[in-house]
Amino acid sequence: VIAESVVGAIAKVKRIPEDRITLESTFAELEIDSLDGVEIVCELEERFDIAIPDDVARNMTSVGQVVDSLRPLVGGGGAASGPAGGDG
Amino acid sequence: MAERSGARRVVVTGMGVVSALGPDLPSFWDALSGGRHGFAPIRAVDCSTLRSRVCAEARGFEPAAHFEPRELDFLDRFAQFAVAAAREAVRDAGLHGAALAELAGRTAVVTGSCVGGLASQEQGYVRLFVEDRRPHPLTIPRTMANAGASHISMSMGLTGPAFTTSSACSSANHALGTALMMLRSGMADLAIAGGSEAPFTLGNLKAWDVMRVVATDACRPFSKNRRGMLLGEGGAMLVLEPLEAARARGARIYAELAGFGMSADAHHLTQPSGEGASRAMRLALQDSGLAAEQIGYVNAHGTGTPANDAVETASIRAALGAHAERVAVSSTKSMHGHGLGAAGAFEAVATVMALHTGTLPPTAGYQEPDPECDLDVIPNHARAARIEAALSNSFAFGGLNAVLAFRKDAG
Repeated sequence: VIAESVVGAIAKVKRIPEDRITLESTFAELEIDSLDGVEIVCELEERFDIAIPDDVARNMTSVGQVVDSLRPLVGGGGAASGPAGGDG
Repeated sequence: MAERSGARRVVVTGMGVVSALGPDLPSFWDALSGGRHGFAPIRAVDCSTLRSRVCAEARGFEPAAHFEPRELDFLDRFAQFAVAAAREAVRDAGLHGAALAELAGRTAVVTGSCVGGLASQEQGYVRLFVEDRRPHPLTIPRTMANAGASHISMSMGLTGPAFTTSSACSSANHALGTALMMLRSGMADLAIAGGSEAPFTLGNLKAWDVMRVVATDACRPFSKNRRGMLLGEGGAMLVLEPLEAARARGARIYAELAGFGMSADAHHLTQPSGEGASRAMRLALQDSGLAAEQIGYVNAHGTGTPANDAVETASIRAALGAHAERVAVSSTKSMHGHGLGAAGAFEAVATVMALHTGTLPPTAGYQEPDPECDLDVIPNHARAARIEAALSNSFAFGGLNAVLAFRKDAG
């Protein structure tokens, strides 16, 4: 669920197709700069209704790393998806 | 004729325009020389609660024809106008890739804007105060008044001086005059200067409404039954360069930007004094070395408000003396609308084209003579006239006056 939302947020902000984005994609490969990053963080905060701390927001380097750093921030849904082996 | 000793002469070699009259320079001049206005019911916002529901919207401008979708995310409409007009101006000047790249570090970009990215700011406020959300993260860089200058410099790779002037309705004349001074001094060897504005947001239109300076029907400058201004949006940019550089590269020279005069009324926040305006005109003449008798055309500030047009008539008389009775004067705001921060740039283009083509654009919408506005205002129909030099007036709220002087032949 988290991964889908991250991919969706990046695709929306960068206006690129979701199939260009994988968990392994780095921000450099996707040409995501700091201003894009701020938009993506804002989009993710609104999708999950969470507050992403500045140190997390400033250190995003890949899609997989963002998914991992969001996991502890996203409430019950995120935590539950792990043990259930969900789609995160 | 008195020439400025030592200072470089500066000429206009390219122009670009986005306005309600069309998305480019040819459509702009075709409408002005045909006496056609661009006013229509407002589409940008729901105008059902507005007193004035007519404005000059740049409907022929297609953002998608100029920018990629992701680029548009970063560009408020006023910055889109600035970049599109600048690109046309540079093409029009025949400055292609390599020629421009060679001058990149010596090219100045000076853009006028009165209110900057107002729509982006207002959208941010709607999200915050109405929708209980945060403003969009790009609200600040979309709103900043210098966004036009920044996007022009980034999109063309220009690394010389770049900034924005903001003096309400005089913004673009201050931009063009500042660029002139920079080119004369040798601080820059090429300049892209002008202005752009996109003022059609509900909040801004309501604010103009309650000021009661906007007409509810038509814009009729200098006409006895004038009821106020009508707003217009768009942008215009001019390529300026030293005369010798233009000649060396074989550029087409439209006209010389020969002088600049500015003053402050120090009088009233919205009422013009007249004295400041006439002083700015005299200073522009003095700076250009032109005598009043050499001026064949004045592109008036000519907003169409009861106060401006009568005071401007008197101040043209005060500046030009007896010659005012022979000079042709028109307000092209009667066609492209009052472009606020773009106004001086629209009118600089109109003035340059008048000199270049020998056709003086009219004052459209004119109906009734007014004894207080009794100069030759070129009513409704353009006029063929070979003129030597012209003035273009801009007088801002806050009493800030800026007048440009243009000369036909740079010889």
